[in-house]
Amino acid sequence: MTLSLSIQHRFAGFELDVAFEAPPGVTVLFGASGSGKTTLVNAVAGLLRPDAGRIVAGDWVLLDTAAGRCVPPHRRRLGYVFQEGRLFPHLTVRQNLLYGRWFAPRGAEAPSLGHVVELLGLGDLLDRRPGALSGGEMQRVAIGRALLAAPRLILADEPLAALDEARKAEILPYFERLQGELSVPMLYVSHSSAEVARLATTVVALRGGRVTAFGPPGRVLGDVAAVGARSAASVLTALVVAHQGDGLTELQTAGGPIWLPHVAAAPGSALRVRIAAQDVILSRARPEGLSALNILAGTITEIRPGEGPGAMVVLAVGPAGAVGPDRLLARITRRSAEALGLATGQACHAIVKTVAVAPEDVGIGHRAVGAGTGPGKPDQRVR
Amino acid sequence: MIAGLASWLGPEEWQAVRLSLRVSLVATLASLPLGVLAAYALARWSFWGRPLLNGLVHLPLILPPVVTGYLLLLSFGRRGIFGEFLEQFGIVLSFRWTGAALAAAVMAFPLMVRAIRLALEAVDPRLEAAASTLGASPAWVFVTVTLPLILPGVVAGGVLAFAKAMGEFGATITFVSNIPGETRTIPSAIYAFLQMPGGEAAAGRLVIVSVALAMAALLASEVLARRVARRVAGA
Repeated sequence: MTLSLSIQHRFAGFELDVAFEAPPGVTVLFGASGSGKTTLVNAVAGLLRPDAGRIVAGDWVLLDTAAGRCVPPHRRRLGYVFQEGRLFPHLTVRQNLLYGRWFAPRGAEAPSLGHVVELLGLGDLLDRRPGALSGGEMQRVAIGRALLAAPRLILADEPLAALDEARKAEILPYFERLQGELSVPMLYVSHSSAEVARLATTVVALRGGRVTAFGPPGRVLGDVAAVGARSAASVLTALVVAHQGDGLTELQTAGGPIWLPHVAAAPGSALRVRIAAQDVILSRARPEGLSALNILAGTITEIRPGEGPGAMVVLAVGPAGAVGPDRLLARITRRSAEALGLATGQACHAIVKTVAVAPEDVGIGHRAVGAGTGPGKPDQRVR
Repeated sequence: MIAGLASWLGPEEWQAVRLSLRVSLVATLASLPLGVLAAYALARWSFWGRPLLNGLVHLPLILPPVVTGYLLLLSFGRRGIFGEFLEQFGIVLSFRWTGAALAAAVMAFPLMVRAIRLALEAVDPRLEAAASTLGASPAWVFVTVTLPLILPGVVAGGVLAFAKAMGEFGATITFVSNIPGETRTIPSAIYAFLQMPGGEAAAGRLVIVSVALAMAALLASEVLARRVARRVAGA
């Protein structure tokens, strides 16, 4: 289901003017707070009526101000996962979960309660009330409640923002499984580039109420102008090769083998690995006597001097084995670039510390990863 | 216990107690839906007549009860506009116990609306928005989310209104007089006994009953409100 959206809305001191057409899958609205992400999602949900706009989900017109059409929120058939859960405090977890099903049209396709309870690990919580749940448990129930309403589209407004790091790591895989197992289209709001790298099919980068970049995560996250130097990152496709005795997992990437802290995925499965551009070191010669395990070989395709002392170097890597060609970004100083005499077309080595890649940067590669990933999605086994 | 109470009180006093309970109960239950509606309108809707409605609801709190009673007599008496209209359906309010219930309901209405409105204003509208995204129409949102969440306020408002109705005197005696067995509620009976030589003992017994009933109502509301609040808080 494609989501086509065009919205103009004016608040005091803020103007939102956004239009895009997102292909099926997970569309992530990415931007700092105050960029208009939540306003956009609320407009899709029908909780906010924009000054002007048109929203079409698949072939269903939710809003068309020019034609005077605005479907009220309760007829839009969406599942909205809010930042703060918003569970009904007077109902048990089971009643919360089944709330939307009550209003869903008969015969609407929805997962069964049993399936959702199993998917989200809610078995022990069903008879409790929201007041007795932890933050992470509440968000899991909120996700289940949205799913069981038989939605045509799931909306999620920073569903992890209110959680600590451990809880985030606990919930994010559920969103990935949602895509893998139920494939409900989703509009997901986030300001975390790790979440973008793991979940997005399409990224819409927003700033000050305008779209600054649009496309697959590998391309948008590499766009420094759109996401800022600190968020800039590459998203590499990687295949799990083997888990090793010392707690590391060996992965095959386009630029060669890399080793990461244990990744909970079976050998042969495809992953997306986000590597922050500022965590990458470049070397002309293949370095020796270095503690860093991960040395990827590539060719410089672009050197973009930024404002200030930094520069972004783009390396083309691969293809290698079953993994298609990819793109790797390194943020270094302009001084280093000059000292090394870097130029496009040169061979170069990128060094990434194993521990610089956090578990939150590694996600299940449920969709083609975009930039650099060839049409042949790597899903066959290596070795 | 009730038999004991009935024999302790004289027949006239017992009649007044029973009548007061009936009048107050009917007044409270009949005005509760209207009270919820008025509170909802005042808390949530913005319309041109809102200040007017707000004034109208609170007027009995400020007006001398005699004035309220007289206005009720003018409008709901047999010659009044509403009175004549209602008489076509065989409903007569003036000088009947039903009229006493109307007077009690009108006098208690501001307290009831106030309690419910406070509860409504404490409901997180984001929960109602969440319910609407899950497919609940505005009416269903009210029934399944708003109403359960304001239940403690509704209960408190009801108990408060009941207690106020038990004590209503001025508007009642002006509108429906002081007819034994028909409109002589506890306060009217106490007043009547005090006017009679040797009526102090009967008045004293009714005073004790009044105090006991008021205390019981307060305690009951406390317990009820706490129980409902615990259920709603979801712990």
